Amino acid sequence: MTALNEELVVDVESGSDPSTDHSVAPEASSWRNIWKRFKRNRLALVGLFIIAALVLIAVFAPLLVRLESTIGGIARLDPEIGTSPARLQPSADHWFGTDKTGRDLFARTVYGTRISLLVGFSAVLLATTVGTVFGALAGYFGKWADTLIMRFTDVALALPYIVLAIALVVVFGRSLVTIVLVLASLGWMSTARIFRSSIIQQKNQEYVEAARSIGCSSWRIITRHLVPNAIQPVIVYATLAIGTAILSEAALSFLGVGALEPTPSWGLMINHGRSALRSDPHLLFFPAAFLALTIVAFTAVGDGLRDALDPKLKR
Amino acid sequence: MAEVDPAPRGTDGEPLLTVEDLRVHFHTDAGVVKAVDGVSFDIHPGETVALVGESGSGKSVTGMSLLGLLPKPAAQIPTGQILWRGTDLVPASEAQMRKIRGQEISMIFQDAMTSLNPVMTVGKQIVEMIRLHLDVTRRQARARAVEMLDAVGIPEARKRVEMYPHEFSGGMRQRAMIAMAIACDPQLIIADEPTTALDVTVQAQVLEVLADVQQRTGAAMILITHDLGVVAGVADRVMVMYAGRLVESAATDPVFYDARHPYTLGLMASLPRIDVDDVVIGSDVDLRSGRRLKPIEGQPPSLLHPPPGCSFHPRCDLADIGGACTEEVPALRRVAIGHTAACHFADDLEARAAAVGTADAIDLVHAAPVVEGPTA
Repeated sequence: MTALNEELVVDVESGSDPSTDHSVAPEASSWRNIWKRFKRNRLALVGLFIIAALVLIAVFAPLLVRLESTIGGIARLDPEIGTSPARLQPSADHWFGTDKTGRDLFARTVYGTRISLLVGFSAVLLATTVGTVFGALAGYFGKWADTLIMRFTDVALALPYIVLAIALVVVFGRSLVTIVLVLASLGWMSTARIFRSSIIQQKNQEYVEAARSIGCSSWRIITRHLVPNAIQPVIVYATLAIGTAILSEAALSFLGVGALEPTPSWGLMINHGRSALRSDPHLLFFPAAFLALTIVAFTAVGDGLRDALDPKLKR
Repeated sequence: MAEVDPAPRGTDGEPLLTVEDLRVHFHTDAGVVKAVDGVSFDIHPGETVALVGESGSGKSVTGMSLLGLLPKPAAQIPTGQILWRGTDLVPASEAQMRKIRGQEISMIFQDAMTSLNPVMTVGKQIVEMIRLHLDVTRRQARARAVEMLDAVGIPEARKRVEMYPHEFSGGMRQRAMIAMAIACDPQLIIADEPTTALDVTVQAQVLEVLADVQQRTGAAMILITHDLGVVAGVADRVMVMYAGRLVESAATDPVFYDARHPYTLGLMASLPRIDVDDVVIGSDVDLRSGRRLKPIEGQPPSLLHPPPGCSFHPRCDLADIGGACTEEVPALRRVAIGHTAACHFADDLEARAAAVGTADAIDLVHAAPVVEGPTA
């Protein structure tokens, strides 16, 4: 209230003599405020650092490890190169040890970061795009458009997720692209629902009417006015969904319907490590730890974002 | 209205806007709400017309209907014409309306905080308005935006143009809205309670800015308000709405000093008068005249089931219950030059008050023309 009063005083003064008003003290912009609130959440901050580190690892993977030591990686190389003794325990030479075919586990885990983030980001990007378009149309136009889109969403939500994912991957062939498409096609519904309700909430705001009163078309109102105002909950959800998508990819790979050997997918690595759990626990431990860390990081950041974007929501 | 009254205030008689028998019905689950029920008026170039009434009287709906901003399909216009410079806007297409909105008729809303987009800078919003209607480059539009902010008295416009609405104070936000509204030189500005959300001191400044821009641009203005203080200060003419109908329409002075409708009188009686000295701030007694501020008893009628006859009769001290007032809807008729009222007793309210004989009735007709009014 005090700040508001001060502002009013400033305004009153400026009204009497505009030229002398230099006391313009702009409040922090809203993004700066969000960052300020976000920073207060330690866990979210740690999560953000972890994600930043993972992104750096993914981008600079070729500088960290030699591709050939993964035997494969994303591009399959000559299997003769860089073979080491199989099932070495972690050591100075092989930080995470080697797997049963003698591939360096550290190199594979590092490259696995690439796979996971790539799949997670692109699946969520695709799902969010589809979801926001559907959600915006349903929320803004309402009536039969709303009914049609939302019933379609309900049907899609009612389908058994993992079973359908397995079925689709089997039908369309096992590849990372297929996985991304499958995860996106099964993940857009929540975004659509969230964005729809957010749009409905926003579209009755006065600024929308004001925008119409200056001659904005519906298209313009949606894209320029409604989307930027209604997108916040979607951003939060998408952040959380990246973690889920990464987990789903790992799960599909673990179940044997995801990435194909020798792609260094964490899920695939965990699956292989499982069979040698007693003799070589490191084979399971490292990829699983990376997977868990990644998901926890995205969840923490998502939670932090939600609290920062909507301080009223804080319990 | 068959009778021809002289066009107000130095206009050439050709109205900018003619509203003829406008009706706006809202179809709700409970039934049809007649929010506007047969309203007719003219707006001439350059004049300021106040549209006065309490919440739910249909004044905002009237304003919205002029711009085709009624929520469809809930709101329907079963009859009526809105002639804007000779073209009827009621059947106009959305594309036609978009060209008119902002460029020819622009709107100022009550709460600038909620009617400016919170995630866009003020400058961008004004630029959007300009570029929607005028074929100019981004740079030119921006220069125009700065010029407009400057014109409404926003200091350091060049810097402010980059700021977000929440970085503005309430008064400045409303000025920014005004800047936006005049950016394309509209011929008519509809100001829907432009000062209601503001501090009293800031209200005065905003009204000054409005009067100033109006003088500069020559635009006509419809001022929708329930604040009679504002009306007295800026309006050339006043139209009083009650339950979706116009009940009185006249130049500002006659409304204040020679009101011919009991509702208008009631509004005056409930208004503390600053034009009388010795009014104790915060007191509900006007010391000079010794009168108490008198509220209008009761509630506005339900527009879903309006009372029969005159819609004001349940609250009217002068009503002839069982007579004309409960039987017949009074027509808006001419009571003096440029002055119309919709009351069965509009010609002689004093005689009616004497006939009723209650203290309330006599108070009512004597309370309004406070002291040296032309009729006192």
